[in-house]
Amino acid sequence: MRYLRQLCIILAITCAAELLHHFIPLPVPASIYGLVLMFCLLLAGVIKPAQVKETADLLIEIMPVMFIPAAAGLAESWSVLQPILVPALIAVLAVTVLVIAATGLTAQAFTGKEEKGDE
Amino acid sequence: MSEIIRTSGFFGVVISLAAYFIGMYVKKRLGKGFLNPLLIAAVLVIAVLLIFRIDYSAYMASAGYLSWLLTPATVCLAVPLYSQLQALKKNIRAILIASAAGVLTSLLSILLLALLFGLGHADYVTLLPKSVTTAIGLGISEELGGYPSITAAVIILTGIMGNVSGELVCRLFRITHPVAKGLAMGTASHAIGTAKALEWGELEGAMSSLAIVISGLLTVVGASLFAMMI
Repeated sequence: MRYLRQLCIILAITCAAELLHHFIPLPVPASIYGLVLMFCLLLAGVIKPAQVKETADLLIEIMPVMFIPAAAGLAESWSVLQPILVPALIAVLAVTVLVIAATGLTAQAFTGKEEKGDE
Repeated sequence: MSEIIRTSGFFGVVISLAAYFIGMYVKKRLGKGFLNPLLIAAVLVIAVLLIFRIDYSAYMASAGYLSWLLTPATVCLAVPLYSQLQALKKNIRAILIASAAGVLTSLLSILLLALLFGLGHADYVTLLPKSVTTAIGLGISEELGGYPSITAAVIILTGIMGNVSGELVCRLFRITHPVAKGLAMGTASHAIGTAKALEWGELEGAMSSLAIVISGLLTVVGASLFAMMI
């Protein structure tokens, strides 16, 4: 029953997030409202980590599998992608590498400084 | 064939899971970083659909349940985030600055690409939100007058690219700090990259989840500004 109770809490927060998504006119998905909401409830102590932990761990562990249907759907979008294929491919391949490098190096520069500051 | 499968509540789920386990097996046996289970599974599923002439919609009739889990699973990312609260507080400055740097790099690169290839406004804003999580990206693309279906495809490809190449890119640029690695994955390749960051460790995963939220929100604002340039 523990898993079921945990699932119920998670789905209830997901529902609340859908409501927020419905009423706030921003291009922010329900999942992001839900993540922030869950985080705030944990911070406020309304929900204890133990009340959701195992089910949350399970869902997070199997997350890659949830992307398979969308990834397989790429075969369907082939025709719409074709006209801008070259810039789109550069955006996917090169820009992604650039963004990883830029974010990682910036973060590393600042975490390094902060750690030195602590010493 | 499509008709029989459409009435099955389980076929799509079963071939998706089977394809993923084959992908994990192949990765384990060959141990190459680019042989990503998600990538292998997607290719296998596409192959099965093509060979047996199954409509994507018939496959989705049951495989859609897997996507259905994505929203609650994303909500659950708050749990590792909370357990890493100390690290979050300690690195808050790095987190905000690095996510902003990543978002800016992404938007600027797409602007340059668009100028280079002479893309029109619609194609340009279609590519702008490519690094953020699918639902935010779709919203931005639609709002600014792009083609949401192309945006979705580019976002998923970006996620797979980040997931597959993240390890190598981090090694290449000597990004070794777990906070930096996590932030890089989440900012560049949203939830699909986060799946990889979670494999590295809880701290990496938490930073990556946080980066999805921050970079997603920054992109909502940033993309609207950048959209005015072309």
